[in-house]
Amino acid sequence: MKIIYVDNNATTQVAPEVLESMLPFFKNLYGNPSSMHIFGGQVARYIQIAREKVAALLGCDPIEIVFTSCGTEGDNFSIRGILEAYPLKRHIITTKVEHPAVKNTCEYLAKRGYLLTELSVNREGMLDLDELRASIREDTAIVSIMYANNETGVIFPIEEIGQIVKEHNIIFHVDAVQAVGKIPINLKNSTIDLLTLSGHKLHTPKGIGAQFIRRGTKIRPFVIGGHQEKGRRGGTENVPYIVGLGTACELAGKNLEKENTYVKILRDKLEDSLLNNTPNARLNGHKTMRLPNTSNISFEYVEGEAILLHLSEIGICASSGSACTSGSLEPSHVLRAMGVPFTAAHGSVRFSLSIYNTEEEIDFIIKHTPGIIKNLREISPFGRKELKESLR
Amino acid sequence: MWDYSAKVKDHFMNPRNVGEIPDADAVGEVGNITCGDALVLYLKLDKKTEKILDAKFRTFGCASAIASSSALTEMIKGLTLDEALKITEDDIARYLDGLPEAKMHCSVMGRDALEAAINKYRGEKIEATHDDEGKIVCTCFGVTDKKILRVIKEHNLKTAEQVTYYTKAGGGCGGCIPEIEDLIAQVHKEESAMAKAEQVSKPKVLTNIQKIRMIEEVINTEIKPMLQKDGGDIELIDIDGDKVLVALRGACSQCVGAITTLKNFVEKKLQEYVADSIFVEEVKE
Repeated sequence: MKIIYVDNNATTQVAPEVLESMLPFFKNLYGNPSSMHIFGGQVARYIQIAREKVAALLGCDPIEIVFTSCGTEGDNFSIRGILEAYPLKRHIITTKVEHPAVKNTCEYLAKRGYLLTELSVNREGMLDLDELRASIREDTAIVSIMYANNETGVIFPIEEIGQIVKEHNIIFHVDAVQAVGKIPINLKNSTIDLLTLSGHKLHTPKGIGAQFIRRGTKIRPFVIGGHQEKGRRGGTENVPYIVGLGTACELAGKNLEKENTYVKILRDKLEDSLLNNTPNARLNGHKTMRLPNTSNISFEYVEGEAILLHLSEIGICASSGSACTSGSLEPSHVLRAMGVPFTAAHGSVRFSLSIYNTEEEIDFIIKHTPGIIKNLREISPFGRKELKESLR
Repeated sequence: MWDYSAKVKDHFMNPRNVGEIPDADAVGEVGNITCGDALVLYLKLDKKTEKILDAKFRTFGCASAIASSSALTEMIKGLTLDEALKITEDDIARYLDGLPEAKMHCSVMGRDALEAAINKYRGEKIEATHDDEGKIVCTCFGVTDKKILRVIKEHNLKTAEQVTYYTKAGGGCGGCIPEIEDLIAQVHKEESAMAKAEQVSKPKVLTNIQKIRMIEEVINTEIKPMLQKDGGDIELIDIDGDKVLVALRGACSQCVGAITTLKNFVEKKLQEYVADSIFVEEVKE
């Protein structure tokens, strides 16, 4: 069975070019970049090249890039590193729709005595910037807000937010794990102080991330150890993966236009067709302020896990914000924060595309999904009357 | 990704008995769309023999909810209502070659719907046997203490997480988890007391020496520690047939409630563990 992978916000296929660039560092080039001998020391050069490639994608100085193990580490590093550097400031501002890497870190800190403000979103998943203005306090240490939402793809107006944050001289952290490589980011004249990215959303293998730290930002290290990364992140460098991330960032720069043309056209075709050909289907999230690859659609009166398993049976890999798929018993915190009714939240499906998807694959999804929804609705006791009326 | 058995997958992909019975004799509804799963069960009966002639269902829920509903309808066809009532959630899980523990609440839902349908048909008040009665513990999913106590006992659950798997209680905001833990502690305390009672449980005929030893043991292990907790104490003075003579010491000797302690606690314990005929008298020194 052919696999149709449309779950790229979860993880991505490793790009062949990325893998190719990593291989020498699993073989001959195994030295430690900190070694005095040439054999080890030569590896440091490749780390520097990778750092330059990451910086080029983000429009920053290579010295402002620190390699980490993943997005979650970057988020922890940013938030906890800033709080430790500013011990008198006790207030954190974030949003209700953050990824668990930020959300749970902030909730953990709130239990340890920090004050936490979680900004609300409206039905389209957008923030109210007046609420942000009203939340800022004398002792606000950090504002941590995601660039784009992993579940809905909704993009926040990061620079507009940053203007407000910087008026008050507060550190601004942006979790850009979903945004990097999908939309243009230029940190040169940005208000962002700290930005987190993850490699495996950008076609590297899992286990590598990078952190932008604006020059002059006071932050304590999160992983304490050796002098690596100028003492900002201890631990021997994960050389093959760092090299892979460099290649991935270079590719992402080249493919950025394709993401916003080719991928977006495929996404729109899928989305329009599913919304038009399935009764009682609705889009979750802002129609236009959205990543070009993500579509989160709720099929009312059916349950997400059941949809996913039927899709999986025919090779389609997607994900859902339903309770049964999350391991918890409540549907996605993002959809609930947006006020999506329970009838729809349980039946949400996220399709997230990449440049490797083809039109043929999208047509296959379009062809089979409405039938699966129809069959599950046959089994469901809900919405029978509503569906009949909407079909009339 | 849940690890479902081939049978769960089969009943999910090809559910049996989906639909409604327009002239159903019994209908049971459980769950709601907010909770993420719901089931409506329809039964057609032979009214003379109470045999289930046909069963159909509609379910909103995940794969295991659909598979459990399908399995249940297959299992109950041909049974009498009394036989069907004996089916437990474990039977449903077994029929499907097992369900992941985190999904047991799906099979609980099937059992609850069956019970609701039968109770409704028999005109019994649903509250009389259904778990809806009792105090709501989990407000997120509307689960009562009665239902939680039942699953703890039936499945010998040890953690709040397991209770969540079976009933969903505690799976929302998590605010009721301490209360669930109290209920678990309560059940296991009852059980260990019962086990102890069985250990020393009243043999039919006791020789005098056996009786004296047992009384001594119960006083030392069950009664003394409780009184000592409040600064009191008790001493066994003599045993004359069924009459047990004791002296109260410490705080108990001055306590105005001593006679109540003696009758309601000491005598009850001895009756419970040794023989119903025992009575206790206090020796004043």
